[in-house]
Amino acid sequence: MALLEVRDLQVRFTTQQGVVRAVDGISFDVEAGESLGLVGESGSGKSVSSLAVLGLVPNPPGLVTARSIRFDGQDLTRLSPDALRRLRGNELAMIFQDPMTSLHPLLTVSEQLTEVLGLHAGLRGIAARRVAAAGLGDVGIPEPESRLDAYPHELSGGMRQRVMIAMALLAKPKLLFADEPTTALDVTVQAQILELLTDLRERHGMALVLITHDLGVVAGTTDRVHVMYAGKLVEAAATRALFKTPRHPYTAALLKSVPTLIGDPDVPLPSIEGQPPDLTTLGAGCPFAPRCRRVVERCRLEAPRLELVSATEPGRRGHAAACFEPLLPTAS
Amino acid sequence: MSELHKTAETRGSDLRWQLSDADLEELFRQSKRIKGESLGRDAWRRVRRNRPAFAALVFLALVAFGSLLAPLWPLPSPMVLDLQDEPQPPEWVLARGGWDAKDIWDLNPLDSALLQVRASVFGDLQTGHWLGTDSKGRDLLSRIVWGSRISIQVALAATLCSLIVGVTYGAFSGLVGGRIDNLMMRFVDVLYSIPFIFVVIFLITILNEYRAVLVDDYGIEHITVFYFVIGLIYWLTMARVVRGQVLSLKESEFLAAARVLGASTPRILFRHIVPNVLSIVIVYLTLTVPAVMLFEAFLSFLGLGVEPPKVSWGLLAVDGIEAINPIKTFWWLVFAPALAMGSTLLALNVVGDGLRDALDPKLRGK
Amino acid sequence: MLGFLARRFVWFLLTVWVVVTVSFFLMRAVRGGPFSNERSLHPAIEANLQARYHLDWPLWKQYLQYLGPFELSDTGPEALGGDGTDRFGGLLAGDLGPSFKYRDFSVNDIIRQSLPISVALGSLALVFALVLGLGAGILSALYRGRGADVWIRLAATLGIALPNFVIASFLILAFVFVLPLFPVAGWGTLAHLVLPSFALGAPFAAYISRLTRTGMLEVLSNDYIRTAHAKGVPPLRVLWRHALKGGLLPVVSYLGPATAGILTGSLVIEKVFAIPGTGSHFVNSALNRDYTLAMGVTILYTVLVYGLNLVVDVAYSVLDPRIELEDA
Repeated sequence: MALLEVRDLQVRFTTQQGVVRAVDGISFDVEAGESLGLVGESGSGKSVSSLAVLGLVPNPPGLVTARSIRFDGQDLTRLSPDALRRLRGNELAMIFQDPMTSLHPLLTVSEQLTEVLGLHAGLRGIAARRVAAAGLGDVGIPEPESRLDAYPHELSGGMRQRVMIAMALLAKPKLLFADEPTTALDVTVQAQILELLTDLRERHGMALVLITHDLGVVAGTTDRVHVMYAGKLVEAAATRALFKTPRHPYTAALLKSVPTLIGDPDVPLPSIEGQPPDLTTLGAGCPFAPRCRRVVERCRLEAPRLELVSATEPGRRGHAAACFEPLLPTAS
Repeated sequence: MSELHKTAETRGSDLRWQLSDADLEELFRQSKRIKGESLGRDAWRRVRRNRPAFAALVFLALVAFGSLLAPLWPLPSPMVLDLQDEPQPPEWVLARGGWDAKDIWDLNPLDSALLQVRASVFGDLQTGHWLGTDSKGRDLLSRIVWGSRISIQVALAATLCSLIVGVTYGAFSGLVGGRIDNLMMRFVDVLYSIPFIFVVIFLITILNEYRAVLVDDYGIEHITVFYFVIGLIYWLTMARVVRGQVLSLKESEFLAAARVLGASTPRILFRHIVPNVLSIVIVYLTLTVPAVMLFEAFLSFLGLGVEPPKVSWGLLAVDGIEAINPIKTFWWLVFAPALAMGSTLLALNVVGDGLRDALDPKLRGK
Repeated sequence: MLGFLARRFVWFLLTVWVVVTVSFFLMRAVRGGPFSNERSLHPAIEANLQARYHLDWPLWKQYLQYLGPFELSDTGPEALGGDGTDRFGGLLAGDLGPSFKYRDFSVNDIIRQSLPISVALGSLALVFALVLGLGAGILSALYRGRGADVWIRLAATLGIALPNFVIASFLILAFVFVLPLFPVAGWGTLAHLVLPSFALGAPFAAYISRLTRTGMLEVLSNDYIRTAHAKGVPPLRVLWRHALKGGLLPVVSYLGPATAGILTGSLVIEKVFAIPGTGSHFVNSALNRDYTLAMGVTILYTVLVYGLNLVVDVAYSVLDPRIELEDA
């Protein structure tokens, strides 16, 4: 049994323009200790689905439904709000995109860190302070003792993200969701933070779900990758397999639009024609159909399900894609 | 463009990425089809959709109409005394009476004409005391209608005064910038930290000493000075707001963009700066008018503003409070002026808030 | 911090000096002098008054005499106080001079008697404003868009729109005559204080509730609130510890203007409820042309408002570590 098993997760937002189906019936597993990349454009539902697992989607306007969300044996959909709250920041942790705005500007680093310890480990005072300092050291912050009394605005962006990570790891979670943890940072700092996350994951033996729009980020960091488009999972595979032989036309197009250092500078970078669909007026067909080069009649009539396209490659969960006309393994 | 592609693009920026001429032309053709909506029209649409604000606007229009045409309505004189033992309660009847220009304070030619129209339309027919009478036997409804003229006059004149001083000061400070701007704003700060009302009351007291001189030698009515003095308090915030807006516009990227596109200076001024400053000025104005009306009522209440026989809503409120006594409550004297003033001020505030929401570009399209 | 305070103090002195100077010369510029309405007095009495207030001196000398304890008299030390015993020390010595109308009192005497009353009234009004405003604002933000929010916002708009004397008259009708719970007017017991301070505080409560609502909604939509939830902080604790701290900052910066506004409002409220506070004395002085008293109160309130604004600024910088008190 996997650490996290999500079945048929749906998130809808009621807005003035209509009901937005932000996440439209996705199912996925996260094994203990593994590292999973969740990739998609903004608005594809990748952040919302992780917020939904943690019960952090604001209601109203959001409404989360799921057949089941089993974490470590218990069904999160059946937990009381308070029981779910006790799991959050404890066994299930999350860090966010923008460390500038995600830390409380009016509380010191120490106040924000020790709060977690007080809530989940019953630690207070000097003891909590000592653990907090150790946590800061753990994420590679030099002189952690002296940083404890700093306010977030006195730290650099990379340092703030390290504080966020330290805060999430204080209670030794089994699963960490990292929502675009490097997007707001300088490129050099991005690499450091990714290395740190990989290192921490291995040392703490926790699972990591890395949410990003940047294929480059998942390439070096994760074991498996799930690609989302318009609220649906369109492809799931081991990272190597996905990069080598993408089966869904969307994934393939995405990979082609990533610039490389060895490309011909005079050839324009290919991009995907058209715009992502309006999530309030999704029809019955495949959401990618209007932009797809391999589209057939059937794609406009019914939505393809995520199905195994090849079980031959390593890893017991194989390679799945939601497409009636998947690319052949040799096509890319 | 999706976020993915944007990233791809920025990362590939050193890879020289070009559009073909055909692509470029297609892009231009597409951009021409995109129609902008002017801020004004967008705001009007949203004010209309904001039902309370729209209702308040209609109400204010009715008040203004009723107040402007006061001599036309078949009301008893607001000035002629009819000394009785005590105020008479409201009575929904019609009466005979009528009165002419000598029963009212100074009238302008339009008012005199209206008064004549009234005489020819209604004859000597007039309302009974629909809202009762005050302690001197004067009709309360009539006093409220005529009082509204002075309250509205003061409000408009004082607001205009604050508008002229505030916008000039703020725009000048913002446009000049630098050391002068700094000094001018410091001066505003100093004035801000003075409890102005005390200074103004002090000023009004001293001005009262010069009333005869002002009227005889310069032909300036006491009340005119009064408008001016009130207006002078409220220019400070206006100056700050305008200066801030001008300053941020000066630095804004869209102005830089307009300049890069070759827009002329007058075009930049009138297409970009004026409309942007205007919206914030309008919002602030709609919030200044009720504040000024409140202040007029406040000063008249203290006996430092409008003086009898003229009447304003502030004076009517004093009458109401003086009529409160434990033996017999003349409730209409308390409620009627309070209701008139309260509903008008409420409507002004609602319209102001509605306009602020409507003109806030951050909310556009919502 | 010290540099900030020093700079602010210099501005403070400058501001007060401007107020004092402008009002002094305005006052002395009054045609016929401050006693013009008492021309029927016996010439000997008038001469006495002139000597006492030194109205026969040149203007610069009067100004200096008002400003500070300078030895300006040609005839040596003199007794100038209300009862002829205490000397007039001048503004710098904290002496606001003799009242023009109340011959037996100095302005200091009058303020000493009346200020505690106004301070009691004003502080209670501020407490009312804060308690009601904060409570209503927080409720309104939490129940955004629902019944409670709509009613609170309507009440707040009414509170801002209605003049405080209208609110006062409604309160008197309701709680003195219809439901006789409180005395109608006067001064002495705590019960005398309730209605006036409520009427005085109501508009500010309305404004504070608006500020709190907007502030809370803004803060609650911040990323760091989501972080707090992700940390597993209980909802109430998120509110108290994480949201309130930022949400109340606008209210803190409003406290300065609110205090000035309450002082202003007290002019009317003290008149309505016949409370012998500094505000009533000020209004009377304005009506009676008691210039020294009017000027004294103006100066006192300028100092008071300036001081409170300074306290608020310092408090704000303590609450928000991002603010540096550099620019005065």
